[in-house]
Amino acid sequence: MVDKIYPGLDAAVAGISDGATIMIGGFGNAGMPRELIDAVIAQGATDLTIVNNNAGNGDTGLAALLAAGRVKKIICSFPRQTDSHVFDGLYRSGKIELELTPQGNLAERIRAAGAGIGAFFTPTGYGTQLAEGKETRVINGRHYVLEYPIHADYALIKAEKADRWGNLVYRKAARNFGPIMAMAATCSIVQVSKVVDLGELDAEAIVTPGIFVQRVVQIAGECS
Amino acid sequence: MKRFSKDEIAQKVASDIAPGAYVNLGIGLPTLVANHLDPSKEVLLHSENGILGMGPAPRPGEEDDDLINAGKQPVTLLTGGAYFHHADSFAMMRGGHLDICVLGAFQVSRHGDLANWHTGAPDAIPAVGGAMDLAIGAKRVFVMMELQTKTGESKLVERCTYPLTGVGCVSRVYTDLAVIDVDAGALRVREMAEGISLPELERIVGLSLTAA
Repeated sequence: MVDKIYPGLDAAVAGISDGATIMIGGFGNAGMPRELIDAVIAQGATDLTIVNNNAGNGDTGLAALLAAGRVKKIICSFPRQTDSHVFDGLYRSGKIELELTPQGNLAERIRAAGAGIGAFFTPTGYGTQLAEGKETRVINGRHYVLEYPIHADYALIKAEKADRWGNLVYRKAARNFGPIMAMAATCSIVQVSKVVDLGELDAEAIVTPGIFVQRVVQIAGECS
Repeated sequence: MKRFSKDEIAQKVASDIAPGAYVNLGIGLPTLVANHLDPSKEVLLHSENGILGMGPAPRPGEEDDDLINAGKQPVTLLTGGAYFHHADSFAMMRGGHLDICVLGAFQVSRHGDLANWHTGAPDAIPAVGGAMDLAIGAKRVFVMMELQTKTGESKLVERCTYPLTGVGCVSRVYTDLAVIDVDAGALRVREMAEGISLPELERIVGLSLTAA
């Protein structure tokens, strides 16, 4: 019997090794898998490379992982925010490496990894600092920049519901990076508000098919 | 001379958006445009984080942490609106599916180059977000900005000195002094604030302007 449901958060994040690349879903706090991040902090893996749109807000979630000194590099599009003080401090003191990527390139590089694409030409960023040193090409009279996929060992994702095959549906704009990160990671770990029986999710409306998901954990007391 | 207020600028942008258009409003000044869109026009607002048919801010107490805009402020979804993942959201931009995006700017060049993501200051933490994708992706890029910096320099320039967001991407600039089309290196003035003449505007901008 295929059963991807894990009994708890500790079991769900077991085995993450030092130096791993971890994608973390969410746009700001919407869709951020806060409980899974706390479980990674407790699990202890360090020297991590993190892929997220942002670089942590406030003092919880991703910001707490950064504050714990576990992250050597972050790949993101928008680190600087009014409440990104944890990242700001680490960056200014040279304690974290930043790879800044335009948001659409970040999304497409993640999608490309999951879809088996070797690299792709995109018009985004052409002629800017963020394309310096990158291969370019003119295709049908337009300038493009070569971008490579971003693969990950793990993805931490927040979804609304899952079944034991790992099929997922999300809630509102908390979906954001979840579906593409699930595709791009070797092991996708998903926290959900509710685990439902097989067949309960409408097959026409499943957003992430279970083939992209390895581990699911239900968060107790989640009310949203 | 009587400068256009921020709301007047937003009103001008809103009135130039056709019914049924798919539009992305950037963070900052462009968000004001939403207040001036007649709901009967059914302009569909896109938000980079996976929303089409974005509605106004919710009533106090009805905020939902899972329903925010690009600026991470709470919003609502119109009846008929849709959610989608990030790769689809940016395919809407890059793939040329958005009719218009409205962005703020530090500088716009005569050739339509846009600088709006980074001051280039050595101690600044760079953050780009979706600005570069929007700049090159939408069918038309409108910029909303004050025409001059606080120290009186024109933000419409021969060549941007701030780091670029996109090359040759701006179609039209809406400012407190004039609305100007950027057309293959030519700057065509569509409208000016009351009490300013074309020669005066040229002196402020420091570039050759023509009446549209």
